[in-house]
Amino acid sequence: MNLEKVFFSAFILLALTLNFGFVMGDIDNPDHHHPMELFAAISVSLIATIIKLGDRTHIGAVLLATSIVADVQLLAAALVWGMALHVLDTGNTASVIATVVSLSGGALLANIASVVLLMIETVTLRR
Amino acid sequence: MTNLFLLFFRRFQRRVELPPEESARFAPLLPSSSINTTPHVIFLVLRRMRMPLLILISAYAISMGGLVLMPGIDEQGNPWRIDFFHAFYFVSFMGSTIGFGEIPYAFSPAQRLWTIVSIYLTVIGWLYAIGNILTLLQDPAFKRAVTEQRFARGVRRLKVPFYLVCGYGETGSLLVKALTRRLVQSVVIDSDAERINALALEDLNFDIPNLCADVREVRHLMEGGLQHPKCIGVVALTNEDQINVKIAITCKLLNPTLKVICRAEMADTAANLASFGTDHIIDPFNTFADHLTMTLRSPSVHLLYEWLTSIANAPLPKPIHPPRGTWIICHYGRFGKAVHRYMTFEGMPTTIIEPNPDQAPEGAIVGVGTQAVTLRAAGIDKAVGIVAGTNMDANNLSIILTARQLNPALYLVARQNRRGNDALFKTAHVDLVMQRSRIIVWRILPLLTVPLLSQFLQLARHRSERWAEELLEKIRVLCEGVTPQTWSISIDPEQAPAVHAAIEQGREIRLWHLLREPQERSQPLPCLPLLVLRQDQEILLPDDDLPLVANDCILLCAPHDCAERMTWAAFNTNALDYVMTGEERPDGYLWRWLASWQQAPACPIPDPPSKRGKADRLKS
Repeated sequence: MNLEKVFFSAFILLALTLNFGFVMGDIDNPDHHHPMELFAAISVSLIATIIKLGDRTHIGAVLLATSIVADVQLLAAALVWGMALHVLDTGNTASVIATVVSLSGGALLANIASVVLLMIETVTLRR
Repeated sequence: MTNLFLLFFRRFQRRVELPPEESARFAPLLPSSSINTTPHVIFLVLRRMRMPLLILISAYAISMGGLVLMPGIDEQGNPWRIDFFHAFYFVSFMGSTIGFGEIPYAFSPAQRLWTIVSIYLTVIGWLYAIGNILTLLQDPAFKRAVTEQRFARGVRRLKVPFYLVCGYGETGSLLVKALTRRLVQSVVIDSDAERINALALEDLNFDIPNLCADVREVRHLMEGGLQHPKCIGVVALTNEDQINVKIAITCKLLNPTLKVICRAEMADTAANLASFGTDHIIDPFNTFADHLTMTLRSPSVHLLYEWLTSIANAPLPKPIHPPRGTWIICHYGRFGKAVHRYMTFEGMPTTIIEPNPDQAPEGAIVGVGTQAVTLRAAGIDKAVGIVAGTNMDANNLSIILTARQLNPALYLVARQNRRGNDALFKTAHVDLVMQRSRIIVWRILPLLTVPLLSQFLQLARHRSERWAEELLEKIRVLCEGVTPQTWSISIDPEQAPAVHAAIEQGREIRLWHLLREPQERSQPLPCLPLLVLRQDQEILLPDDDLPLVANDCILLCAPHDCAERMTWAAFNTNALDYVMTGEERPDGYLWRWLASWQQAPACPIPDPPSKRGKADRLKS
């Protein structure tokens, strides 16, 4: 068993699960989507991106790309939320929450792709 | 738990330094070129920055998360918690120690407690990250990767034909300087950092990409442009024969069309190099001995060599006249052997002085040439010349000075081993100095700049002294006492498009057409054609009336400003027409059409102008 591999896979998977946890629930219900969860998802997603940096293989490059997409989507969601609450003062309305959740839903897709790639890599590794 | 974390940490660090396993696993799937290249600088940075970035992100996440959870009280005394937006703002300015204070409300003790933790976390994280970047920038491996990449990029971007010079020692630096003066681009690789620094300090007016690296490494030769479309040739000039062989064989394998010129000082190396088709092998000792005997046999041919190979518009080199008679050769090493062999071939009697009795040939005087006794024993009073050929400059100078005292009329030839001793050899008034680096450069230069010149000089060697004397006189008159410029032009669409097109159309172009002033055709250009190369036929000193054929190569010599005027007619169809017919022909389709109406019957050119216009249109 490779401890480094465990860490690597765990973070990629954790990025997906946290993301999923945030997106789950009614799309426009603020009670179903806690900011803390989005924060955790962003943090883990950023860490997952950094872990993938510097890998020169082709699959490493694609993994990095999916992670970057997830980061961009999640950060956009956080930005929208922050702008709505503090800059524009619109409050936690249904439309704001719907935008935030749909943006992180996009990130969810990228994270799924990331995990699928990870699985493919694991399967091709015959040891 | 701590142990596990430490274990993980160590593992992780190892991952940072070692190439990841995946890359080895996927290597066979990648194109081969990506394996053999330098690690890309960006990957080095990313790999090195992984740990600091992870620590920074974790520190921020922990600080922000904790701060949001800590209970606080707003101005009205209501319970309040900082939101993520303000938490990120606060941690950002706190971590970078800018410190705007507690916003938006004064913190509660719980929040302050967490802030203390956050300060240490983020500040240490930042210090670690910045320290890591600075270490990376100082890292020798990183610096090497950066310079290597800059070099490779510099070579890749070269738009002019260039030579790759391997080895920037005495010979290499002389060669690069000489090439630069002749406006030829070169690229330099040497394993010695000091020499590369010397190149940077040299005032060459040219940007010469240079790399300090082991030339035996194939990768470095590739970066130096071995397979670059503009690379014309490789010159291997390192001090070690084995390295030169390695360079030559690498070049011949990876790019067989390349011209490879190699320095070789051992006979077996030369044979080895010749066996796989190295284009030119230069042995400085043989070259010098060859030229020394040439000055004995036919001084004018030797002088022709000197005049044609030196840089244009300089004072003409003086002729050398070593006397015929018995010569004394001190030290029977590589140099002494070469001189002895050539002298014997020339029928010149020689006496050899050699300190080592095992190496001394039959009839040699055993002893050191620096002693008067030995020189007397060798018959210095009856000798006409002496060759001081040891590998120590001090000894050579000593031999020269002693010999001159014993016989002031002696012709003195000395081998100079180090370029730094120039001043000594100059003040010692040695008649002929053999300096390895100069000899090699002198031999290589025509090969690189005007390859046709080498061919001409080879032919000239078999000509008589009288022939060479006449030619020298012609050149002297032509160039008014300074050295001529020698260049070659080949009748092809690239170097002489106008002439080539005219020949393709079936018009007869003779050599004298090119040798007329393009502004005033009655004036001949002061230009002397030396050689015309036609397929395998060599026409030495061709007649002005010689009709030219496509793909002829012409070697010319003239005063230094003449070449441009001559190429005018070779490039410009109108200028060529004028030179051939004496008519200023109107240019442009309309004028040409009008001219064809007016002058068609009286046109002195064999083919009708309308056809010519069509051909011109096709060409453009």
